[in-house]
Amino acid sequence: MTKPKPWLSLSGIGVFAVLLLAVAPLVLTDHWLNNLGKYCCWAIAAVGIGLAWGRGGMLVMGQGVFFALGAYAMAMHLTLETAGDRIPGFMVLYDPLAPLPMFWEPFRSAGFTLLAIVLLPVLLAGLLGYALFKRRVKGAYFAILTQALAVALATLISSTIRETGGDTGLSDFKYFFGFVLNDPANKLMVYLIAAALLIVCLLAVWQLYRSRFGELLVATRDAEERVRFLGYDPANVKLVAFVVSALMASIGGAMFVPIVGIITPAEIGAAASVLMIAGVALGGRASLFGPALGAMAVGWGQSSLGSTWPEGWTYILGLLFIVVILFLPNGLSSLPARFAAARRRPAEQPAPAIAVAELEEVRS
Amino acid sequence: MHVDALIAPLLNGSAQGALLLLAALGLSLTFGQMGVINMAHGEFLMIGAFAAYLVQQVIVASGLSIPVALPVAFGVAGLFGLLLEVTIIQRMYRRPLDTLLVTVGVGLILQQAALQIFPSQGVPVEKPAWLDGQLNILGYEWPLRQLFTILLAAVCVAALSAWLKHTSFGRRIRATVQNRDLAETSGISTRTVDRLTFFTGSGLAGVAGVAASLIGGTNSQMGAQYIIPAFLVVAAGGIGQLKGTIIAAWAVGVALSYFAYWTTGSLAQVLAFILVIVFLQLRPQGLFTVRTRSLA
Amino acid sequence: MTDDSLVVTDLHVEFSGFVAVGGVSFDAHPGEVRFLIGPNGAGKTTCIDAVTGLAKATGSARLGERELLGRPVHKIVRLGIGRTFQTASVFDELTVLQNLDIAAGRHRPSVSLLRARRGVEESIEQALEETGLAGELATPAGILSHGQKQWLEIAMLLVQDAKVLLLDEPVAGMSQDERTATGELLQRIAAKRIVLVVEHDMDFMRRFATRVTVLHQGKVLSQGTVADVQADPRVQEVYLGTAGAATTAAMSAVPEPVAGTRQGQED
Ligand SMILES: Nc1ncnc2c1ncn2[C@@H]1O[C@H](COP(=O)(O)OP(=O)(O)OP(=O)(O)O)[C@@H](O)[C@H]1O
Ligand SMILES: [Mg+2]
Repeated sequence: MTKPKPWLSLSGIGVFAVLLLAVAPLVLTDHWLNNLGKYCCWAIAAVGIGLAWGRGGMLVMGQGVFFALGAYAMAMHLTLETAGDRIPGFMVLYDPLAPLPMFWEPFRSAGFTLLAIVLLPVLLAGLLGYALFKRRVKGAYFAILTQALAVALATLISSTIRETGGDTGLSDFKYFFGFVLNDPANKLMVYLIAAALLIVCLLAVWQLYRSRFGELLVATRDAEERVRFLGYDPANVKLVAFVVSALMASIGGAMFVPIVGIITPAEIGAAASVLMIAGVALGGRASLFGPALGAMAVGWGQSSLGSTWPEGWTYILGLLFIVVILFLPNGLSSLPARFAAARRRPAEQPAPAIAVAELEEVRS
Repeated sequence: MHVDALIAPLLNGSAQGALLLLAALGLSLTFGQMGVINMAHGEFLMIGAFAAYLVQQVIVASGLSIPVALPVAFGVAGLFGLLLEVTIIQRMYRRPLDTLLVTVGVGLILQQAALQIFPSQGVPVEKPAWLDGQLNILGYEWPLRQLFTILLAAVCVAALSAWLKHTSFGRRIRATVQNRDLAETSGISTRTVDRLTFFTGSGLAGVAGVAASLIGGTNSQMGAQYIIPAFLVVAAGGIGQLKGTIIAAWAVGVALSYFAYWTTGSLAQVLAFILVIVFLQLRPQGLFTVRTRSLA
Repeated sequence: MTDDSLVVTDLHVEFSGFVAVGGVSFDAHPGEVRFLIGPNGAGKTTCIDAVTGLAKATGSARLGERELLGRPVHKIVRLGIGRTFQTASVFDELTVLQNLDIAAGRHRPSVSLLRARRGVEESIEQALEETGLAGELATPAGILSHGQKQWLEIAMLLVQDAKVLLLDEPVAGMSQDERTATGELLQRIAAKRIVLVVEHDMDFMRRFATRVTVLHQGKVLSQGTVADVQADPRVQEVYLGTAGAATTAAMSAVPEPVAGTRQGQED
């Protein structure tokens, strides 16, 4: 059948979980563990992109927006927690007398913040997706509109220095829901939370992919109108995938803040959103592990090469897009199937079994 | 008399709209032709701007250099476009979304190359003296620089539409836009048509780049600023619809400048984005559509 | 008219000024294999498009008491109207079973979408049996033969439990044996459902039609049994271009349009 070995994938997630949650903390230095935590955040967003783009055919080029919702919600809460009863320092800098902006107030509450991290992306993606999908906006239109939203949001944040920190962003968080962030033990805890959330997201898409919804999503991607003639509204199918992917981006963003310690518009704008896509394309958009692993690889490149050899890194990134999409549209995760097929081909005609195996990785 | 507070954004916006139109014109052509979004279109615009700078290094008199720069920018950007089509885009037929991503990669590389070749703060393009003055029309003073952008856009539109209508190549392009398969079976070499379209569309981006450099100078990021508004214009105008593109460009330009006048530049961008979304709610196919028969 | 008939009255479809269908009326009832024929461009497909909500139309198309025109596509489907397309359209990347499972899905509660499929539902097994696809359960639909794809489409309509099956050239590209099998299948299906077939193949039409409507340039030219229609001089004129010269025998000699070459040029 299509999903040849669902249990194999599940044990793959298990191995991955052991590596991230047990092995990594033992063997990695604090510095690298922190970096790994950052990659996990990007990977969480990437898993969502895999769902929306790889399986749903919606090229989400503005996931930075949802990443930002989670990140800024978390950052506002941590900033307020750090400031205590006083007005956050950066605001005092710009206008010592003005009060806290209204929309900051509710983020004092930890509960509200957690709720916002979940609900804000769901609401925004729901609204945007509903508006676009019902009117059958898709393909390049959808891609560019989402990217335009990311650009607009980043510009908005950049220009509202007093309200959002502007280009300098929000940083210098001391506490994380009562825990002192400087404490190595607490840092480990934050890392473990991020890694665990990544595993949870992988489990969620694993179930989605093997469910009937997953099949319906692929069907909608490949022949939206045909799905309509089976009595479904494809807009709803896409909406669900889009909302879930937005939620994952938001969760990734929320964990990014305590791990990295700073959030700026540069982390959420057009370039950042494109970077999130790069990992998914590299790993394999429609596969289960591809997006997460690809995002970790690109994340590693971004934070190591990106700072030591920025020019080279940009060229690599550009080439990555060109080479992978041109020659390996299903990413690195399609290599094994390709090799297998290439080895079998001389012997016999491509048997149905190969096609079935390749179903997992689908051309767009 | 000076330009009124309410009229000023109108003129500003019209000039901005003209610039957008120049940027969108080529995009609309290539998108309409091949259903492909070339995300490196903005970088071709940037190439046009740097071409203007380089021409000025050779021809110092700015009064002469800009008129020379226009065709040079067209040719240089056009050649880059042709190269892109031949090396990459032609391999990716029927994968429009993937093409979009590939050209994102091309754009990244071009940006980085520009950053390394030219200083990071960009290089200045001297405005010719004859653009400095103002022209008195109907009792208002109109800056010549803005009128020049509008005029340039008008000339490009006129030339493009005459070319599409009256030359055999133009007719072939229109035939291919309307029905690629049919055009192919009726003996049109769609390969040649595609290449020519790409050359022309990218060349127009180069012309837009010269105009942009006169207003905002040059820098490696300048293309990235234009690509998204230009695409929104194409979407709102309707694919392959010259008339729609013109109206949409003007409307977006004017809306942006009124929004910026009432609020701030960044809020204006957000508002313009919302405006386009709302508009696409009302008319998902854009202002004008070619009716074709397809399942979609 | 019985409660569960499809009744189309005075259907008009215009494409920016061009009248593709201009006042077509016909009806179809369970128990008959209803045919819609006509030369290329007569408006047959457009009629189906109108009834299924794909093309905007005026007039009326009722299933029993319910008006179909004006509803969105997926709602019309949920009323029990199913259709196939001139070019076979199945989900190439999914297996036969998955294709059918999705088609069967509209009767399931939405939450059940989140679970994986276990086993094969009975309605699906029946449809596989009916269409002779039982052996292809795990085959990706994309590598089925052309005829098999069309059967899969019919099977999807069956599991979808469509009350009305609108089939656009279901035997195009099939061999003679396959045509016969399809015709017999349609006769079986028609016992309980409304079956409306658009076809060019006159031989197929003669063998399996119970009633025929002939369209020409968006209008009904003739209507009746196969014999009625074949005897109608106007029909002979349209098909042969020479009034009166044709006999019934001549009409049966009308060459079939080469199926396959027509595929993919439309829709
Ligand atoms: N969306 C559309 N826009 C414009 N014209 C259309 C559209 N759909 C159909 N037509 C025209 O309407 C007429 C009827 O087309 P239709 O496809 O219904 O014919 P048909 O009887 O199915 O022909 P065929 O046997 O070739 O399939 C044709 O002239 C066609 O060109
Ligand atoms: Mg037809």
